[in-house]
Amino acid sequence: MGTSARAPHIVGIGQSAYTRWGGIQDRSQFQITAEAIVAAARDAGLPVSAIDGLTSFSNDSNEGPVMQAALGIPELRWSAMVWGGGGGGSCGAVSLACAAIESGQAEVVVAYRGLCQGQGRRYGRAAPTRTHGNFIAPYGLFAPPQMLALMVQRFMHLYPITEDHLAEIALSFRANANRNPLAVMGDRTLTKEQYLASRWIAEPLRLYDCCLETDGAAAVLITTAERARDLVQQRVEVLASAHGSGAGWSTGPLGSQNMPNDTYASTNNRRLAKELFARAGLTPDDIDVAQIYDHFSGMVLMALEDFGFCGPGESGDFVAEGNIRHDGGKLPLNTSGGQLSEAYVHGVNLIIEGVRQLRGTSTAQVADARTCLVTGGLGVAPTSAILLGRN
Amino acid sequence: MALFPETMPRPEPDMDDAPFWEACAERQLRFQSCAVCGMLRHPPAPICGGCHSTETVWTAAPTEAEVFSFTVIHHASHPAVADDLPYVVGLVTFPGLPGVKLVTNITDIPPSEVRIGMPLTLWWDDIGDGMHLPRFRPA
Repeated sequence: MGTSARAPHIVGIGQSAYTRWGGIQDRSQFQITAEAIVAAARDAGLPVSAIDGLTSFSNDSNEGPVMQAALGIPELRWSAMVWGGGGGGSCGAVSLACAAIESGQAEVVVAYRGLCQGQGRRYGRAAPTRTHGNFIAPYGLFAPPQMLALMVQRFMHLYPITEDHLAEIALSFRANANRNPLAVMGDRTLTKEQYLASRWIAEPLRLYDCCLETDGAAAVLITTAERARDLVQQRVEVLASAHGSGAGWSTGPLGSQNMPNDTYASTNNRRLAKELFARAGLTPDDIDVAQIYDHFSGMVLMALEDFGFCGPGESGDFVAEGNIRHDGGKLPLNTSGGQLSEAYVHGVNLIIEGVRQLRGTSTAQVADARTCLVTGGLGVAPTSAILLGRN
Repeated sequence: MALFPETMPRPEPDMDDAPFWEACAERQLRFQSCAVCGMLRHPPAPICGGCHSTETVWTAAPTEAEVFSFTVIHHASHPAVADDLPYVVGLVTFPGLPGVKLVTNITDIPPSEVRIGMPLTLWWDDIGDGMHLPRFRPA
């Protein structure tokens, strides 16, 4: 691991404050995104002028070349975005950065996302321009929780997955957020009774099964092993990165897709997961902690299976046994509170938490964590993931 | 009377899917398939992912379907559905026409009684201005 001089390492992380939806009204989304990029450079101990690559995803409106001009970056050598909406491309933006660094096309690349739903559109509301909207909107299928509820319902039909297992996701992530002062839900506890009493959004998903709607921006700075050696932070290697999609996904929005029936109740990551682990020379047993994209609780259960932490249909038992808890679990998950309870920055906050774990600076630190899986959005196209490691 | 009010979003046919909606207007459920290799595709797309022909035929669907998955929606993500909560969105398959799934509504049944695998039958909902939408009820 990390033997090549150009092996990509994350050496800087930066973020804005995270607030509830509409909480950032005094500064533009572009401004807080620029501030997060500057913060990532400062964290790395590099001048902003050293940045020569910018990547993002999800049709991010904070365009790279415009950002370059705003930040006074003298030379941009890499400017790229992963297709697809939502968080599917979050780790894909890191994989684009790694491609640039490993191939020698850029030296210092920042992957970022800025998202102020109070200034743009709310993801929980109907959007007129959704792809293939003709085939969903006239039937009242408008928003991601409704679309992915279809997949979770099928998953719960095929396997012994119950509301207790969905609750375990929501409750354990909230417990992690309660240790994290930066989390939007940092001071709000959640009990099983409150979970079960919460209102239905789209069955089988209740309010607390759904991610937050928040404002915020987050960025990670990636450079070569050679440069990382001279920098201030504990360097975190990107051992492997991948993004892509299986057959037939994207033939309709989210849960309405005409993908093959046997991949329907999945996260669209089975091939990707195998290739990701193989490329890093690791197996799921080697992973100390994971940050799994938690737009909706049930999708996290599916991901535990698709990434091989347990067998098909076994994720319910896996979480019921306490395996994902910070307190004694063998695979603590979403240790910052995740998108259910820290903030919804389309997954870049999960990448930042993965880096914190390997630096030893998480507020729910896993002792001597050396490997971390981070995934992008699940059940979408494309999906993406990275494996992070500390030598 | 239509399932949802007039303010509900309507299909806005485009170059790729217009024949689907022209058939719906005539109360015909027809899926696009490749004129060369016969592969079904939905939503409609301008080229066959199997053989890359752009020639298409429109294949009539059976009226019998079954529930592949469903969700009971309790939150109004659009104001048009505010008075119709909860309602059921289903993803249905056609035992007589394998290879295609359709998003629709499942009506005429208490939402708590909908089950995956349940047999359904097609009905046409007149949404005005000459358009009809395929919806389903228990067989």
